[in-house]
Amino acid sequence: MSNLLEVNKVSKKFGDFKALNDVSVSVPEGSIFGLLGPNGAGKTTLIRIVNQITMPDSGTVHLGGELLNQKHISDIGYLPEERGLYKSMKVGEQALYLAQLKGLSKSEAKKRLKYWFDRLEIGDWWNKKIQELSKGMAQKIQFVVTVLHEPKLLIFDEPFSGFDPINANLIKDEILRLRNEGATVIFSTHRMESVEELCDDIALINKSNKILDGKLVDIKRQYKINTFEVGIRTSNNASLRLELNDKFNVSEANFKTLDDELKVNIKLDEAVKPNDLLNYLTSKGEVSHFVELIPSVNDIFIQTVKNN
Amino acid sequence: MNHLPLIIKREYLTKVRNKSFIIMTFLSPIIFMVLIAFVAYLTQLNNDKVRVISILDESGLVKNVFKKTEHTTYNILHGLSLEEAQALVVETEGTGLLHIHKLENEAIDAQHITFYSEEAPSLSLISDIENQVEQRLTNIKLQENGVDVEMINNSKVKITIAQESFEGEKTSKVDSVIKLIFGGAAGYLLFMFIIIYGNMIMRSVIEEKTSRIIEVIISSVKPMQLMLGKIIGTSLAGITQVIIWLIFGGILMTVTSIVLGIDMAEMQTPQQQVMEQAMENPEVSAQVQNIANAFFHLPLTNLIIAFILFFIGGYLFYSSLYAAIGAAVDNETDTQQFMMPIIMPLILAVYIGFFTVIEDPHGTVSTVFSFIPLTSPVVMLMRIPFGVPIWQQILSLAILIATFIATVWFASKIYRVGILMYGKKPTYRELMKWIKY
Repeated sequence: MSNLLEVNKVSKKFGDFKALNDVSVSVPEGSIFGLLGPNGAGKTTLIRIVNQITMPDSGTVHLGGELLNQKHISDIGYLPEERGLYKSMKVGEQALYLAQLKGLSKSEAKKRLKYWFDRLEIGDWWNKKIQELSKGMAQKIQFVVTVLHEPKLLIFDEPFSGFDPINANLIKDEILRLRNEGATVIFSTHRMESVEELCDDIALINKSNKILDGKLVDIKRQYKINTFEVGIRTSNNASLRLELNDKFNVSEANFKTLDDELKVNIKLDEAVKPNDLLNYLTSKGEVSHFVELIPSVNDIFIQTVKNN
Repeated sequence: MNHLPLIIKREYLTKVRNKSFIIMTFLSPIIFMVLIAFVAYLTQLNNDKVRVISILDESGLVKNVFKKTEHTTYNILHGLSLEEAQALVVETEGTGLLHIHKLENEAIDAQHITFYSEEAPSLSLISDIENQVEQRLTNIKLQENGVDVEMINNSKVKITIAQESFEGEKTSKVDSVIKLIFGGAAGYLLFMFIIIYGNMIMRSVIEEKTSRIIEVIISSVKPMQLMLGKIIGTSLAGITQVIIWLIFGGILMTVTSIVLGIDMAEMQTPQQQVMEQAMENPEVSAQVQNIANAFFHLPLTNLIIAFILFFIGGYLFYSSLYAAIGAAVDNETDTQQFMMPIIMPLILAVYIGFFTVIEDPHGTVSTVFSFIPLTSPVVMLMRIPFGVPIWQQILSLAILIATFIATVWFASKIYRVGILMYGKKPTYRELMKWIKY
C-alpha cells in the first residue's frame, strides 16, 4: 500500500518558538491515521501546513506523490478543532457556499447535500439559521460540509467534541464508512479509546518532535511487556501466592471477578511460553482468568511522553 | 482556483440582507427628511413671530429712520420717562426698548444708546439696529460738515477684479468658492465612506474570528482572496446603500412636497428673502451668471476621473488597514488602540483640506500632503478643482496605488496570522513579528 501523504523533514518556527522540528510522517492510503500528542506539541501546526494555511520554513509535503499545491485544496477535507459556521446564515446557503469554495458546482453541491441531509435526518434544517441550532446540530452540519466534496484525505481534529454518545457513534460509523469507500483519514484527538478503536497507524508528537510512529499493532508489540493477568480459584490462595512469588515475577493485579479468587499479574521471562504458565496454573486450581496484558494507547502515550 | 466572485457575492448578500442594514438604508432618508422638515417648520415658526421694538428717542435724531419690515415693527414712544417706557414695554410684552438719551452737545456716542429687553436680543437684531443708527448719524455728521450725501452715494464704485491665468483661462472669486465646495464635498464624502464602510469590513473580519469559521474558510481560499473579497463585497453593499439613499431620498422629497403641499422653496428664511430681493438688482443677477459660469469653468472631466480614481484608491488603501485591524483583535472593544493611527491622518487630511487648501491650494503644505498616501486622496480631491498639473495627479495616484499594494501585502500578512490567533490582544511589536512569519 502506498502512502497518500508524505511529510518530509518539516520545520516551522514562530518567532523564537519552534513549533515543528524536522518532523516526518507517512500516512498510508486508505488508513485511519492517529496524530497524537499533548497540548501544544505541534499537531495543529502540522495539520495547518498540510492544509496550506501555514507554510513550512523547510521540508516538503507530498500528497498523492505530488508536491503540495493549490490544486490539492479540493482533495482535502478539514474539520479544525476551532470550528464554527456563520451564525446568521441559513444552513443550506452556508453549506452550498462552503462546498463551492471547495470546487463543487452549485447543482452538484445541492444534490450531495440533499443526500447527506437525508442520511443524517437533518433535511428540515435547510432554511434555519445556525444560531437557531444547538451545538451538536451545528457540528453535524460541519461534518457534512467537511466530507461533502469527497476528498481523498480527511483531516479531523477532535471530531467527537460536542457530540452526545449517540451522535458520536453515528459520526464514528460515518468515518469508518468513508474509509471503507477509499478515503484516507487523519485523526487528531486526545480521546485514546477512539484511537484504540479506529486507528491503523499512529504518530506521536511531543515538544515539536515526532517521537514515535508506525502501525498501531507494531507499536503495541514493541511495548509488549509479556505480562499476564491471572485469576485462579484454589482451596488455599495464600500458599499458592507464596509459591508463585518464588517461581515468577509477580505483582498485584486489579480486575473485577465474581468470586474470591487469587488475582495476580505474572511477568514471564523470554524463555517461558505462556502455555507453560497456563499448564502450571491449571495443575494448581481452576483458572477463571488468563489474559495477556497489551499496553493501551493511553499507557504508551503517557509512558513515551514522560520518558521523552 | 479563483473564488473571488463567490466570496464577493456572499459578502454582498450577507450585508444587504442584514436587518439593520436594510433598516438603516430606508430609515435614514426618512429621518433625514423629517429632520429637514422639522428644522424648516421651526424656522417658519420663528419667522412668523413679529418683533415689536419700542423706541424712546429723547434726542429726536433717529426716530424716523426705522422702517417697518415683515418681521419687525417699530413703535415710537413720545413723552414718556425711561421708567414709564420700560414699564409699558414689559406690560405689552414687546421685544425690547431702544433708548437714546437727550444730547447735550450734539455729539452722540455709544454711551447714549441702550437697548433694554427681557431676554438677550439676537446678534442680527442688534447689528441691524446699529447699522441703521450708524447710517443716520453718519449722514447727519456729513451734512453738518457741509458734505453732500447724495454726491457720496453717487460716487461709490463697485469692483470685481477679473482674474485670468497666463493660458487665458478666466476665473473669479466666485470660481474659488465653487471650487472649494466641490473639493470639500468630494473629500468629505470619501472621509465618511471610509469611516462607515471601513468599520463594516473590520466587523465582518472579527465576526469570522469569533464564530470560528475562519479556519474552515482559509483551508479553501487564500487569506488574500478572502480579504479582497470582503473589501469589494462590502464596498458594493456601500455603493448600493448610497444609491438607494439618493433615489429614495429624491422620491421622498417629491412625495412630501406634493402630499403635504409644502413647497420646499417657499420655506424661506430671511436670508433667502434678502437674496431674492437682490436678484432683481442687475448687479446680483450678473453674480448668479458668474456662479453658473464658474461651474462650467471647473475642470469637470479631470475632476470626475480624479474623483473616481482617488476615491477607489483611498478607500481600498484604508479598508485594507481596517481588515488588518479586524484580523489582529478578537473583539470590537480591542480595536481602539489600532483605530487611532487610522483615524488621525484622515481627520488631519480633512483639516488640511478645509484650512490650508482654501488659504493656498498650491502652497507647500497642501502640495506635500497631497502626495502622502495617508492624506493624499482627501487633500488631492480638494486641490484638483483649483487646477493641479496632470503630472502631479498621476504621481500622487501612483504613490497611492503603490502604497495600497504594499498595505494589502502587509495587511494580508497580519490577516493570515491574526485570524488564527485567539484570546490575546496583540501589541504593535507582535504585529511586526507576525509579518515575518
